[in-house]
Amino acid sequence: MFYGIDVGSTYTKIAGFNEEREIIDLHVFPTQVNPDEDVKKFLKDKNVEVIVSTGYGRYMIKDSFNCPVISEIKAHAKGAYHFFPDVKTVIDLGGQDSKVIKVDEDGNFSDFKMNDKCAAGTGKFLEIVASRLGVSLNEFASLGENADKKIKITSMCAVFAESEVISLLAKKESVENIVYGVVDSIADRLVSMVKSLRPEERIVFSGGGALNSLLVKLLGEKLGYKVYVPQYPQFLGAIGAAVSAIELVGDFV
Amino acid sequence: MSEKYVDIYKKLDMDIEKHSELMSALFQLFSDVFLTQKNRPENIKYFDWLMSEIHGKRIEELMEFKDKNKPLVGTFCIFIPEEIVVASGGACYGLCGGAQFSIPDAERDLPRNICPLIKSAYGFKVQRTCPYTQISNFIYGETTCEAKKKTWEILNDLHPTHVMHIPHMKGKREKDLWREEIYEFKNHIEEIVGKELTFEELKKGVEIINKKREALQRLDYLRSTKPDIVPISGLDSLLVTQISFYDDPERFSDKVFELCDELEERIDKGISVCESDTPRIMVIGTPMAPPNWKLHQVVETTGGIVINEEACIGHRYFKDNIDLDGVESVEDIIERMLERYMKIDCACFTPNDERIDKIIKMYREKKADGIIYYTLSFCHTYNVESKKVIDRLKEEKIPVLKIESDYSAEDVGQIKTRVEAFLESIRFKKSFKAKR
Repeated sequence: MFYGIDVGSTYTKIAGFNEEREIIDLHVFPTQVNPDEDVKKFLKDKNVEVIVSTGYGRYMIKDSFNCPVISEIKAHAKGAYHFFPDVKTVIDLGGQDSKVIKVDEDGNFSDFKMNDKCAAGTGKFLEIVASRLGVSLNEFASLGENADKKIKITSMCAVFAESEVISLLAKKESVENIVYGVVDSIADRLVSMVKSLRPEERIVFSGGGALNSLLVKLLGEKLGYKVYVPQYPQFLGAIGAAVSAIELVGDFV
Repeated sequence: MSEKYVDIYKKLDMDIEKHSELMSALFQLFSDVFLTQKNRPENIKYFDWLMSEIHGKRIEELMEFKDKNKPLVGTFCIFIPEEIVVASGGACYGLCGGAQFSIPDAERDLPRNICPLIKSAYGFKVQRTCPYTQISNFIYGETTCEAKKKTWEILNDLHPTHVMHIPHMKGKREKDLWREEIYEFKNHIEEIVGKELTFEELKKGVEIINKKREALQRLDYLRSTKPDIVPISGLDSLLVTQISFYDDPERFSDKVFELCDELEERIDKGISVCESDTPRIMVIGTPMAPPNWKLHQVVETTGGIVINEEACIGHRYFKDNIDLDGVESVEDIIERMLERYMKIDCACFTPNDERIDKIIKMYREKKADGIIYYTLSFCHTYNVESKKVIDRLKEEKIPVLKIESDYSAEDVGQIKTRVEAFLESIRFKKSFKAKR
């Protein structure tokens, strides 16, 4: 078995491929204290051939398992290429960062952009607002789809956006409309990042953010391209790392 | 710090407690970043030593200058005609301005969103923790950016500040203005020493600084001349360049030449600090005042090697010498000096295309594999100029990554991810080329 481990800021994702290059194992748990111990527990009885780790905690996994690491950029490019060999642009919305990656014909990335140190336009941003509105992230998309007014959230800093949300609530604005405004502002943020890299078809959207159907729809509208979401978008980094693990061995087969 | 330095600090009206807090953090960082490197050249030890004595022995030496009434001038910019200060028997050096440590104190007076170098420098004066600032007769300021220009006015209330008007274009009118500014600077130094500088003195000053630049040019050449042998790390080379702003110029030149002799031997013997297929990175953009070692450390612990800095602490500082050929008078020397300083391709100039041409030429000569455009946050000139530079680099199919950062450590993880990805793509391109 070939394993990719993606230790993200919010969740740790594990993807396993068999010898036939089929995904047969996917597992996710919240990243808490010592995620490497959780990974160890999970892999204990598995037949592990090669591990490759990625994500912000990749070096911790490297130290624990003595395995190679790859950057999240490379992992997402490889993950997207695995599902869509004609992918040209990947948008990834993770817990604390967002990135846009240009992929070449061989599945390697040629250019990328990543957000600066700020929660604007990241999953954290969605999380903060959801918790303030008292709704779950799962409800978020469907709530926003029922909006009857297109309001704009103008603050891009997560903390100020939160206070903007509070003042909207004080004005008796509906939760549906606020949710729409928040998702719309994240889409704007992502679109300006994507446009700076000159997007091309096919555009693949990965990371936990891709689970939000309203965000997918708004991104597509603003970019003027259809945005494709792979199966298990939140696992794309782990899957890319697992693909790298297979490639590592591939050289010797 | 030994007792004798404490006496000096007292004389300089420093905040001794706060200063020792700063120094213990600095030494810890220095040892983590530099002393953990493997396979360093033997002659780097002098520079390690000087760094360890940066606020000790070196300040003691400067105290002797002060006692002899020789001018001590501190600066944050390479437009300072340091030859004139050296000609007068004085010393010219870079001031503290590369640490997060002093920024909170600066932000009481200065806006948060100006560049960290200015905030850090101003904060050191407010804190009274930089002996170089404290000991100086005056601080040399210039008009290279808005934030600096206005900060000098505020700083002048705390410490005498001499502002030189550096124009932002390079035509005839600007040249005339600039010449006047150099004469005015010379007058200021002459007032301190109480006499006019002679032709011989000025010539000597130029020779000393020319030699320092030659030494740095040689180091710059040796570290990047062989595509498969890099005899010294980018971090160590950066350290040497940073120390060029503090050390006694004559002693420094001798030590750099000794280091270069060793590097030549290393090249002959094939001793390299990295594997032969390590991606070779040029760092271009804003200066890295010590202890700002963040980017180099990330690159070199992530599998790359920095082979050059196109920055003010770097190539921009030492690329041109003052031509003394045929000079006969003080006026001749000043004219040559002016010519030399006008070649500096600082982003404060418009237009500044010579910088872009230089970068591309350098990239090819040094057989680099990629360029990182580094800019300090809110450094508008270099930040805005990055668009023109990066567009040209992309036209030339040169891999480039832009990184904007400040002195805090909070974005190290993100920078690491970006640099790692950049190196991965370069390595892929390299292996692809090798297979073909």
